[in-house]
Amino acid sequence: MSLTLLAVQILNGLELGFILFLVASGLTLVFGVMDFINLAHGVQYMLGAYFAATLIAWSGSFWLGLVLGAATSLLMGLVLEWAVFRHLARAGHLEQVLATFALILIFTDLVSMIFGAGSLSINLPPVLAQSVTFSSDFSYPLWRLIIIAAGLGVALLLWVLIARTRLGMLVRAGSTHPQTVQALGVDIDRLFLVVFAFGAMLAGFAGTMAGPLTGVEPTMGDSVLILAFVVIVVGGVGSVRGALIGALLIGLVDTLGRAFATDIMSQFLSRSSAASAGPALASMLIYVLMALVLAVRPSGLFASGD
Amino acid sequence: MRAKYLLGTSCVSILAFAVGGAKADPIKIGLMATLSGPASVLGTQVRNGFMLGVKELGGKLGGQPTTITTVDDEFKPDVAVARVKDLLQRDHVDIVTGIVFSNILMAVEKPVLSAGKLLISANAGPSPLAGAACSPLYFSTSFQNDTVHMAMADYANAQGIKNVVLINPNYQAGKDAAAGFKHDFKGKIVDEIYTPIGQMDFSAELAKVASEKPDAIYTFMPGGMGVALVKQYHQSALVGKVKLLSGDTVDETSLPGIQDAALGTISASHWAPNMDNPENKVFVADYEKTYGAPPSFYAAQGYDAAKLIDGALRKTGGKVDTEALRKAMDSVPFKSVRGAFKFNNNGFPIENFYQVSIVKRADGKFVTHAGAKVMSMAKDIYSVACKLPPR
Repeated sequence: MSLTLLAVQILNGLELGFILFLVASGLTLVFGVMDFINLAHGVQYMLGAYFAATLIAWSGSFWLGLVLGAATSLLMGLVLEWAVFRHLARAGHLEQVLATFALILIFTDLVSMIFGAGSLSINLPPVLAQSVTFSSDFSYPLWRLIIIAAGLGVALLLWVLIARTRLGMLVRAGSTHPQTVQALGVDIDRLFLVVFAFGAMLAGFAGTMAGPLTGVEPTMGDSVLILAFVVIVVGGVGSVRGALIGALLIGLVDTLGRAFATDIMSQFLSRSSAASAGPALASMLIYVLMALVLAVRPSGLFASGD
Repeated sequence: MRAKYLLGTSCVSILAFAVGGAKADPIKIGLMATLSGPASVLGTQVRNGFMLGVKELGGKLGGQPTTITTVDDEFKPDVAVARVKDLLQRDHVDIVTGIVFSNILMAVEKPVLSAGKLLISANAGPSPLAGAACSPLYFSTSFQNDTVHMAMADYANAQGIKNVVLINPNYQAGKDAAAGFKHDFKGKIVDEIYTPIGQMDFSAELAKVASEKPDAIYTFMPGGMGVALVKQYHQSALVGKVKLLSGDTVDETSLPGIQDAALGTISASHWAPNMDNPENKVFVADYEKTYGAPPSFYAAQGYDAAKLIDGALRKTGGKVDTEALRKAMDSVPFKSVRGAFKFNNNGFPIENFYQVSIVKRADGKFVTHAGAKVMSMAKDIYSVACKLPPR
């Protein structure tokens, strides 16, 4: 194993981590602030990618499509909150899980009916669809670097919003003491609307950023949703800082596991059994990590209020 | 998830009975395909191809009343077993066909064959069914999984490729792909990477390949996984250094997603839209007219399955009897859209394989294009282990 390979794999891990962070930050806020379990968060990731793919094709401009796509995701978030989520805000978790699971089925099938079950593509402009060369044997796809940069940017923006603004203060207070916040005359429903729509936009943006890499298809949100839940459980429900650390941790563990598990196993096992045990272990690693974190810190690394 | 198509109105069929004095029994067919999830694009093509074949015959296979029950296996072996039992016990089907994925076929093969019903795979071709576990009731209108990868290994040998890294999904067909490629490849396999089914981000795998510096990657990634891998390969620094060779990865099901990045990709196939025979010209034109997109080999196989059943029924004079139908099918009672076609002793086709390139048509759609023949009337390597006599 060379240092270059390790560096590339760490970058890959960070890139996956930041995609997960974009999805998980909205999820953790909605879960933390409103105690609302939103399984349809993955759908917003998928819809964001479809909005962007459609708008890029329609406008003919990659950047314009990207911005319009994010705006449409925000709008979709507002509409969904108004039409569905606000009516479930005071319902129990079971009702929320059932209703948002129904949304997954409805939107996944709707999208398959409109766009077909196959993959759509978001084509990067040729300038972005290449690699940056650092040295003769170390180069890295530019788009993945942009994802890392965008993730860092959003993390910074969220930190400023949450730690330095009045809205952020309310969100922080709402995640730990919702009744007190309400008693102080804050319209918590409006707070929820803002948080929810913003989270939907971030998820849609994540789908857009991942689209050029993985293709755009109706079920693309499902696996991301599961990973995002792992992230917020590890990071601590309601904590954006936890979502960031959790996402990067999961991204790195998953990627490094996939990259090196087979090689490490082949130190102990024969080549052929390592080839079958390696991938199995790699896909288990993040859940092992989750179990370990839960054993040591049952409310996650950064329980809300930390 | 299940829809019933009653083809041909019952009034007409009753009339046909009355007039013809009627030996023609109604034929019941169970069509199982993967119709949900990312892989449904493959299942949809198989179903479309089959239904197009039936439609061209006026909705009547063998000219007799035909019931087709379509079920979705959801790409889950346990669901597939439950659905196939429904087909056999509730719908009393005579033939089960379709079936896109090898792990699904391995799950439903026992229930169908032990019920004494005919099983016609319109895509999956797992190695166990080609070898010792072969059955006289099993037919395939596709190919044994390994064969297309053997053809690609021959191509790699001819291109002077010495070192290859294999990247395949971790299931039966992925293992068959690796086995097929290794069987014919004369160079060195530097590394063998298996990824979970449905994995869409290949960053870790491609980085590993970059550090191993082989001459080429060989991969089998059906559907959306192929779209993701080919696109990510093109965004990586591997382009120009490491070739990307693939089998069953870049075709009309994934081309709308891969688009220009697919140009220059070489693969192998037993069929492409440009196969030069009258049956194929009708099929390709009808398919595009009906479904608005070019067909893939999956659709061609589904279409052939419908024509095979039709031909067999005409040969038995409309008698729906497993033994009679089996004998009729053995004699290849139809003209395949791929041209030359015979059944091997294990029920898999003996057929030609071609080198396939990607063409962008004037209307902007991408299609596969068959060029030079790389394997002539090829038999799969497992048929020697099958104890059945030649068909």
